[in-house]
Amino acid sequence: MSERRMVPDAEFNSYYGQPVIKPPVWKVPDVPAYLYLGGLAGASAPMAALADATGRPVLRRIGRIASALGATASVGALIHDLGKPERFLHMLRVFKPTSPLSVGSWILAPFGSLAAAAAASELTGIAPRLGSAAGAGAGLLGPAMTTYTAVLLADTAVPAWHEAYRQLPVVFAGSALASAGGVGLFAGAEAGPARRMAVLGAAVELGATEVMERSIGLPGETYRTGRAGTLLRVARGLAAAGGLGALLGRRSRVASALSGVLLNAGAATTRFGIFEAGMQSARDPRYTVVPQRQRLAQAAAVP
Amino acid sequence: MAEAHPVGFQWVMEAKARGATVIHVDPRYTRTSALADMHVPIRAGSDIAFLGGLINYVLRHDAYFAEYVKAYTNAPMILRDDFADTEDLDGLFSGYDHESGSYDVRSWQYQGAEVEASAGRRDETGVQPEEVVRHAAGQRLQSAAGSEQAGSGGAPLRGTPELDETLQHPRCVFQVLKRHYARYTPEMVEKVCGTPPELFEKVAAELVANSGRERTSAFAYAVGWTHHTVGVQYIRCASVLQALLGNIGRPGGGIMALRGHASIQGSTDIPTLYNILPGYIPMPHAHREQDLATFIEADSGEKGFWGNMDAYTVSLLKAWFGDAATADNDFCFDYLPRVTGDHGTFQTVMDQIDGTVKGYFVIGENPAVGTANSKQQRLGLASLDWLVVRDLNMIETATFWSDGPEIATAEMETGRIGTEVFFLPAASHTEKDGSFTNTQRLLQWHHTAVEPTGDARSDLWFYYHLGRRIRAKLAGSTDPRDRPVLDLTWDYPTGGRYDEPSADAVLREIGGTGPDGAALSSYVELNNDGSTRCGCWIYCGVYADEVNLSARRKPRSEQDWVALEWGWAWPLNRRIIYNRASADPDGNPWSERKAYIRWDAEQGRWVGPDVPDFTATKPPDYVPAADAKGPDAIGGDEPFIMQSDGRAWLYAPAGLVDGPLPAHYEPEESPVRNALYGQQSNPARQEYNRPENPYHPVDGQPGSDVFPFVFTTFRVTEHHTAGGMSRWTPHLAELQPEMFLEVSPELAAERGLEHRGWATVVTARSAIEGRVLVTDRAKPLRLDGRVIHQIGIPWHWGPNGLTTGDAANELLGVSLDPNVHIMETKAATCDIRPGRRPRGPELVTYVAAYRRRAGLETGLEERP
Amino acid sequence: MTDNRLAGPLDDPIAEAGYPADHPERVGFFTDTSVCIGCKACEVACKEWNLLEADGPLDLSGNSYDNTVGLGADTWRHVAFIEQRVPARDKPQADLGMPGVGPPGGDPTDRDGTDVRWLMSSDVCKHCTHAACLDVCPTGALMRTEYGTVMVQDDICNGCGYCIPACPYGVIDQRPNDGGAFKCTMCQDRLGDGLAPACATACPTESIQFGPLDELRERAAQRVEELHERGVPEARLYGHDPSDGVGGDAAFFLLLDEPEVYGFPPDPVVTTGDLPAMWRHAAEAALAAAGAVALSFLGGAR
Repeated sequence: MSERRMVPDAEFNSYYGQPVIKPPVWKVPDVPAYLYLGGLAGASAPMAALADATGRPVLRRIGRIASALGATASVGALIHDLGKPERFLHMLRVFKPTSPLSVGSWILAPFGSLAAAAAASELTGIAPRLGSAAGAGAGLLGPAMTTYTAVLLADTAVPAWHEAYRQLPVVFAGSALASAGGVGLFAGAEAGPARRMAVLGAAVELGATEVMERSIGLPGETYRTGRAGTLLRVARGLAAAGGLGALLGRRSRVASALSGVLLNAGAATTRFGIFEAGMQSARDPRYTVVPQRQRLAQAAAVP
Repeated sequence: MAEAHPVGFQWVMEAKARGATVIHVDPRYTRTSALADMHVPIRAGSDIAFLGGLINYVLRHDAYFAEYVKAYTNAPMILRDDFADTEDLDGLFSGYDHESGSYDVRSWQYQGAEVEASAGRRDETGVQPEEVVRHAAGQRLQSAAGSEQAGSGGAPLRGTPELDETLQHPRCVFQVLKRHYARYTPEMVEKVCGTPPELFEKVAAELVANSGRERTSAFAYAVGWTHHTVGVQYIRCASVLQALLGNIGRPGGGIMALRGHASIQGSTDIPTLYNILPGYIPMPHAHREQDLATFIEADSGEKGFWGNMDAYTVSLLKAWFGDAATADNDFCFDYLPRVTGDHGTFQTVMDQIDGTVKGYFVIGENPAVGTANSKQQRLGLASLDWLVVRDLNMIETATFWSDGPEIATAEMETGRIGTEVFFLPAASHTEKDGSFTNTQRLLQWHHTAVEPTGDARSDLWFYYHLGRRIRAKLAGSTDPRDRPVLDLTWDYPTGGRYDEPSADAVLREIGGTGPDGAALSSYVELNNDGSTRCGCWIYCGVYADEVNLSARRKPRSEQDWVALEWGWAWPLNRRIIYNRASADPDGNPWSERKAYIRWDAEQGRWVGPDVPDFTATKPPDYVPAADAKGPDAIGGDEPFIMQSDGRAWLYAPAGLVDGPLPAHYEPEESPVRNALYGQQSNPARQEYNRPENPYHPVDGQPGSDVFPFVFTTFRVTEHHTAGGMSRWTPHLAELQPEMFLEVSPELAAERGLEHRGWATVVTARSAIEGRVLVTDRAKPLRLDGRVIHQIGIPWHWGPNGLTTGDAANELLGVSLDPNVHIMETKAATCDIRPGRRPRGPELVTYVAAYRRRAGLETGLEERP
Repeated sequence: MTDNRLAGPLDDPIAEAGYPADHPERVGFFTDTSVCIGCKACEVACKEWNLLEADGPLDLSGNSYDNTVGLGADTWRHVAFIEQRVPARDKPQADLGMPGVGPPGGDPTDRDGTDVRWLMSSDVCKHCTHAACLDVCPTGALMRTEYGTVMVQDDICNGCGYCIPACPYGVIDQRPNDGGAFKCTMCQDRLGDGLAPACATACPTESIQFGPLDELRERAAQRVEELHERGVPEARLYGHDPSDGVGGDAAFFLLLDEPEVYGFPPDPVVTTGDLPAMWRHAAEAALAAAGAVALSFLGGAR
C-alpha cells in the first residue's frame, strides 16, 4: 500500500486516504430496510384510508396490512440496529426538532400504533369504526413517514446525503408511492388508484433520482459508481419495468402482481443504493474535501 | 532528545520559543529533527570527524573565546617532548604497544608535572603494558579503567606543569590541538560524515555566533553517543569544543548527558559499577599489599577537592561499618572487596560461558534481548548454576530456557540447561519511595503512590531483607570472612504492610552525619578521623537540617529562575557546576547578559543566583602558597576546582586509555576506510574475537561487500529500552505495535523492500526480521563518491509481551570502548533482504552461509 | 431562541443551552502543532484517566509513527504524523570557496532539492459551538455542559449511532462491544475539581493548552503573528473563527499546512444548519405525496 505514504494526489490532500468523517455505523440490511419499510407503510396508510372512504374494501385491507407490517418491521429493524436495543424507549425520552430521528420516532410511534390498530380491526372485524378512525389517523401521518427518513439521512455530514437534502425527500416520496401502489396492485378490480400511485411514484422516483445525481456536484458521482451505482441501476430497471408493467398490464392479474413485486423490489433497492452511495461518499475523503475546497474558493472569489 | 526524553525536551522548546536555534545532528531524521531549526545528517559513527571539523573551524577562524581559553583551560600547558600525536604516527599516539593493543600513557603528560590517573602510581587502574592481562584465547583483557572517577572531577595531578601564556610554544596544548585538527576540514567532514559542506559551515557559523562573552551554546547528547568504540572520545571532543568556545560553567552552556534510564546518573554516583565506590572513589585492587593510607595516597590529588579523598573514604567506611570501623583497624578498609581485573558486564558474561561465573543477579535489565550480541548473553545465562531476575514483567531473560531463540533453532535444549532461575516480581517506581538523580545531578524524590501488589517488592525491601536473613544465618559466626557482613550497619527502620525499610533513612545515611549524629550540610565538614559518616560524599548535605531536600517541590512561579528549592543537586545544591567560570579571572561577569556568579568585594564573597562552585570567600586574586594542598592549592582564578590543575582540559594528560585528544576512528564495522588516518579503528578498543562474536570484514577486505549497509539502533518515544516496561503495557504497545525497520525509498528500491512488508536484516551474528517502514526521513548519504545506505533498527522488541518481535541486539557484535567498557551499538554493518527470516535450525544455516561468504569461517580472523 | 441557534456566530452557547447567567467561562483547547513533538503522552494520559481500553490493532499501519489511526470510541486524543517532501527552504548559502558543491544529477542522495518535513498534531473533539452530534441525538444523551463542552451521557445513550455521521470532523464513534457512542469529555470530572484535562496536563511542550476560550483565542492570534514574523508563513489557525460553519470550535488548532493534510475538513459546516430547509423540503414532498395519493383516487375504477 505504498501509495498511502507517497506524495498525495495533486487535486486534493488527505491523511493517508483516510475518511475525514466517520462513515455511519448503521447496519445493512437494518437501516435501508427500515427506510424502505417506513416508506411503504407511510404511503400504504393514506391509500388504505382513502380506499376505506371510497368503498374499496380489498384495497383497504391490503393497505392496512401493508402499513401495519411495514411500520412494525420498520420499528423492528430500527431497534435491531441500535447499539443498546433495550434502550429503544429512550427515543421517546425527549422531543427534539433538531433530531430527525427524534421527530421520526414521534411520527413512527403514533403512526405504528394507529396502523396496527386499523390492521387489527381489519383482520378481526372488531370495532370497524374505530378501525376506520385509526386508519384515517395513520393516513394523515403516513406522508410524513415517507419523507422524514430523507431528512434523517440528509442531516448528517455524509456528502452524498447532505448535499441531496432537496431531492432526497422527493425520491423517497416517489419510491414510497411506487411501493405502496405496487402492493395495491394485488387488489384486483379495486387496484385502479394503486396503479396510478405506482406509475406516478415510479416516474417520480426515476426522475428525482436522476435530478439528484446531477445536481449535487462531486458527491453525485457516488450514486453512479461502485456498488451504489450497480444497485441504483438495478433499482432503476426494476422501477421502470414495474411502472411500465403497472401501466400496460392492467388487464392481467399476473402482470399486475409481477409489477407490484418489481416496484417494491425497486423501491427497496433504491434505498439500499442510496444508503451505499452515502457510505461510499463518507469513506472517500475526496467527497468531503473537494466540495469544501470549492466552496472556500468560491467564497474567496466573491468578496 | 524529543524521542527518548520528551519531558526534558520541553526546555529545548522553551528555549526555541525564546529565540534559540536548535540544531540536530543525527544519522536519522527523528522527532527531534522535526522540531529543530536544522537537521544535519551524518553517517553513524563519524561524529568525531564532525566535531573535529567544528574545532578546526573555531581555531581556523580565531573564533575561540581567547580570554577564557587562556585563563581557564589547559591550552598553555606544555607537553613532554616525547609525546607524539596522530599527525606524527598516522593515527596512533605515542606509547602504543601493538602486541597488547594498548597505550603506555606516560608520554601524554605535561612537562614538569605528573597527572595521576590510569597510569603511574594510580591504584592498578593503569594499562601499563606489563599489567595487561592476556586472555587464554588470545584476547587482551584490560584491567579496570579509572575513568569513571572523572564523574565528579578530573584526575589528580602532582607537581607544577610548565606553561606558555602566549600559547605559542610548539608543544603547548593549544598548538598541538591546532595541528591535530588541521586536517578536519569541511571537505574532510563531507568525505567522512556525508554531511554537505554548506550545511556543515552553517552549523559552525551558528555555533560560533552564539558563543562568547554575550552568548552561550549547549550540547545535549543521548547515550547513543557513548555506544561506540570511541564513545568516551565523542564526549571529550564535545568538551574540547565547548571549552574553546567558553561554554562551560556558564548559564546556557554545558554538555547535557541525557541518560538512558531514570536515575542512571544516580547509579553511577552511588554506583552499580564494579570499579568505583560511591562518589567516584576508585575500588581498590586486590593484588598488592595496601592499606588505607597508601590507597588514599595513590589516588588523591595534591590540588583540588580530590585532595580530601581521605575524609570522603573514611566517612564512607564509617557509614557502612559504623562503630566497627576504627582508626586502629584502618576503618575496616580491608572489608572492601578488591578488583582483580575487568569485571564489566561483557567480561562477566564471557566468564559465565567459560565456566568461571556461576551465579547472576539481573535487576532492571533484560540482557537476553537488551544487550549487544544477545545470543552471547543467553549462552552465558544458560551456563550458570543459578540466576535471579527481578523485574516488573516476565522478561526474556527469565524465560530464555523455555522459549529463547536457541530453543527454536535447537542450539539449546531446555532439558540440558542447568540454570536454576528465580523470578522475583519487582515494585515499580510508583510503588515505592526513593530518589531519581537526573543528568543535571538533580535529586528528585518520589513517594509511594500505591502499594505494590502480589509478591512485588521494592529493591530496597529485597536487599534489606536479604541482608537481614543472611546476617541472621551468619550470626555467631567466628569466621573472619563473615565479619564484613556482620559488621555492616543494617539498622534501617521498617514499616507498613511489608516491613518496607525507610528510604528516607537510607538517604539520610548517604547525606552524612556528624560527631553528634546530626545530619551534615556540606562535604567540607567531613573528617578523616572517623568522627563523620557519609554514604556518598558528593551527596553530603542532601539531608541538611534533618530535611529531605530532594523532596522539595516549590513551583518555579514561587522562586527565581535557578529554582534552588526544587529538589537538590549535588554537590551542595549547585545547579551549574564550575560556575566560577561564569565570571572573568577578576571575578566580574563576562557580560551582563550572561552574568551568574560574581565576586562581591564588599561582602568578600562570591554571589549570584546559584550556590557558587568555589570556596565562597576565596578572592579572585588568591594565589596559593607553594606548599598548599587540596582545595587550598586552587588559585582564585581557577574555576575547575575538581580538576587537579583547576582548568578545563582541551587535552587530557591522564584519565583516558585511548588517547589524550579525540581522533576519528571508524567503527569496528564500517563500509569505508578511515579517510583521516592509516589507523582504521580505535587501536585500544576492546575486542572479543570469539566464535559467538565474529566481526565483519572492513572495507577493502575480502567479503566486506557481503554486509554493505550501515545500521544504527535507536529508540522511539513509545517504548522503553528493551521493552520490559512498555511491551507489556497495552496503552504503549498499541502505539508502536510491531518491530519495524526504517529504510529510505532508495534502499527499498535497490533491495526490493515493500512498505509494510517484511524484511530480514543479517549480520554474522544472526538474522532478524521486521516490518518495513519506507520513509523519506531516511536518506542515503554520499561520501567520497559513494552512496551509503543507513538502516534504522529500534531495539525495543523481543519475543515476550503484548507486542513482540525480533531483538535488534541479536545483530550486534561486542566490541567496547576501552575506557568504560561500553559496547558499540550505534554503528555496524549488515545486509537486508525482502521477506521473513528462516525459522528453526534453518536460521543457523542461513547465517552460517553469510559467514562463509564473508570469509568468516572461525570467527577469529585478524582485525585491522 | 436566538437567531443563530443552529448555525452562525453565537456568543454564549452555554446560556443558550439554558444555564443561568453566572455559568462558568467557556473553556477549550488550543493545540499548537508547531511545538508538538509527537510523544503521544496526550493519547496515553487520556486513556489512563478516562479508563479507555487499548483498542489499536497490533499491526503496523505504515502511516509514519501513527499506529492508532484516528480518533474513536476509545481514542479521544490522537496524534497524527505527516511526512512530507517540501522544497528545500532557506537552503544554506553555498559559496564558501569549496569545490564540488552539489553532486551531479541522478544522485539518489539529492532528491531534487527537497527537504523532509515531519508534521505532528494531536487531534481531539472540537466541542463545536454548533455541535451536530448534539443536535441530532434523539435521546438527549449528548448535552452541552456548563463549561460549554459537548458530552455524552452514557446512561442515556441508546446507541442509535446518529451522532457518528453527523460529526463533520469524524470524532465520535461507537464502541463495538458496548454499542454506545463515546468521545472526549474534556475531562469533565477534572474540570469540576479545578484541574486541567489529562492531555493538556501531560503535554510536555505546551502544544496542548487548556483554558478559557477567549484567552486561548488571543494567545493563538499572537502565536500566529509571532510565527509569521519568524519566517513561518504557513502557520495558520483552524477552528478558531466564530463565524465559520460550526460557529467556531472550543478545541482549535495552529496548523502548518492545509487542514485536510492533517485529516481535518477544510470547511466544516454543521449539518443542522440546513435543517429548517430540510424539513421544508420534506414537508413539501410529504404533502405532494399525500396529494398524489388523493389524486390517484379521483380517477376511474381501474
